[in-house]
Amino acid sequence: MLKIKNLDVFYGGIHALKGINFEINEGQIVTLIGSNGAGKTTILKVISGIVRQKNGQVLFQGEDISKLPSEKIVELGVIHVPEGRKIFTVLNVEENLLMGAYLRKDKKEIQDDLENIYELFPRLKERKTQMGGTLSGGEQQMLAIGRAMMSKPKLLMLDEPSMGLAPIIVQEIYETITRLNKERNLTVLLVEQNANLALQAAHHAYVIETGEIVLEGSGKELLGDDRVRKAYLGEE
Amino acid sequence: MFLEQLSNGIALGSLYALTAVGYTMVYGIIRLINFAHGDIYMMGAFFAYTAIAYFNLPLVPSFLIGMVCAALLGVFIAKFAYTPVFNAPKINLFLCAIGTAIFLENFAMLVWGPETQSFPTMIKNEIYTFGGFKFTKLQAVILITSILLVLILSYIVKKTKIGRAMRCASQDMVAARLMGINTNKVIFITFALGSSLGAAAGTLVAMYYKAVYPMMGFSAGLKAFVSAVIGGIGSITGAMFGGLIMGIAESLGAAYISSGYRDAIAFIILIIILLFKPTGLFGKTVKEKV
Ligand SMILES: Nc1ncnc2c1ncn2[C@@H]1O[C@H](COP(=O)(O)OP(=O)(O)O)[C@@H](O)[C@H]1O
Ligand SMILES: [Mg+2]
Repeated sequence: MLKIKNLDVFYGGIHALKGINFEINEGQIVTLIGSNGAGKTTILKVISGIVRQKNGQVLFQGEDISKLPSEKIVELGVIHVPEGRKIFTVLNVEENLLMGAYLRKDKKEIQDDLENIYELFPRLKERKTQMGGTLSGGEQQMLAIGRAMMSKPKLLMLDEPSMGLAPIIVQEIYETITRLNKERNLTVLLVEQNANLALQAAHHAYVIETGEIVLEGSGKELLGDDRVRKAYLGEE
Repeated sequence: MFLEQLSNGIALGSLYALTAVGYTMVYGIIRLINFAHGDIYMMGAFFAYTAIAYFNLPLVPSFLIGMVCAALLGVFIAKFAYTPVFNAPKINLFLCAIGTAIFLENFAMLVWGPETQSFPTMIKNEIYTFGGFKFTKLQAVILITSILLVLILSYIVKKTKIGRAMRCASQDMVAARLMGINTNKVIFITFALGSSLGAAAGTLVAMYYKAVYPMMGFSAGLKAFVSAVIGGIGSITGAMFGGLIMGIAESLGAAYISSGYRDAIAFIILIIILLFKPTGLFGKTVKEKV
């Protein structure tokens, strides 16, 4: 579904991505793990058209999207939930959700999908007239995912959804992600530093270090890999 | 005397408010102190003046022509003078704004001449009294037009999809793009709205003082900027209150203290308010605007 080919990205003189290659198959949860500064966020930003690459291609369903403006990429069904959630604090919960449907014209279905999201996250329904900024971290993450789902994505990209959240909330978020993947056949690209949960949830995983993919395999394989256990699962 | 000065102040204040709203909207979205805004206000007045004096059009169409032409001019400036340097350091954008201001002033001098032109009287100078409150028909027209325009703007910003997109983009440009918002389009629409309000204010001022001249945007722009800062730059409500406070204080100050201090009063208020509330009356601490 998504194929990244020889991606090179520079920030001024910093070579942030060095010839990245990877692939996501439809219906899979794929995770990209790596420590802070490895280049994970940069990859997502290139896919969603926020950062431009120097070399390389991003193919989505066979089409090179790497030169399209971000709104075209969203329209094709690729949505990016940014690091730190980036909830619109100037809008209330429902308005935030509607922003996810910004490019959609099917008014009736938007209403149905809104109900759908409220079913998925009942807490958002209780808070629908509350301003986005008043929500707890966990609720903001749910809102960010709900907002992204309102765009009817084919590929959902999540940047560190567990960041700063209590383990029980993280659990809940992961259950939702898995459920969306199973029930709606949603393809997910999951970026995490919290490797344990991500690897358990993922069909396939890539490890990135200083702008290069250094390891790949199924989630299970990497969970059992010595190097991964040492570097990312905090084991001796 | 007091009430007379008050109605003068309210009329003046609503004009500062209209102008300040344009300043604050543009700042809200691209964090630019748009120094050319005062000159767009001047151009708007000249466009309306041209429609009236050269094409003999009635007031309302001329007024609207001024607004539309200024909106187009605002978009044109944003596209050709500002977007090319969006990704460069902020100082470049600021310098482009100053360059644009100087260009527009000189352009106006070239086209309409440097001297003051008298703006035809379009509204008869009738005086109304209302419970001791004396005001002219023109003052009433100014106030009502300003309120109407601000209400329309508030509706657009608060209730429409593009308004929501404007608020999102002003909070976080990248997050807005991730939702599929074409932020360039949002920026152009913001310039169009802000510029058309500026033009409306410019035309009303030209009617009020019966004069148009190429440098008329300079001090008006400065005062509108001060109004926006008093209200909390980025806040539309703030800009409206800031403008009113400025207008009223200026009229009363000129009447009771000395008319020589007219312009100084603006800055005295600015300093006093910022001493007590550095973010302005309606300013939020960081980032959230419009
Ligand atoms: N806007 C930027 N300007 C300059 N350098 C950046 C910018 N964003 C990221 N970087 C650098 O690029 C590298 C990768 O960053 P990032 O993609 O954010 O990593 P991660 O998400 O894995 O923590 C880091 O060295 C970071 O400092
Ligand atoms: Mg990151």
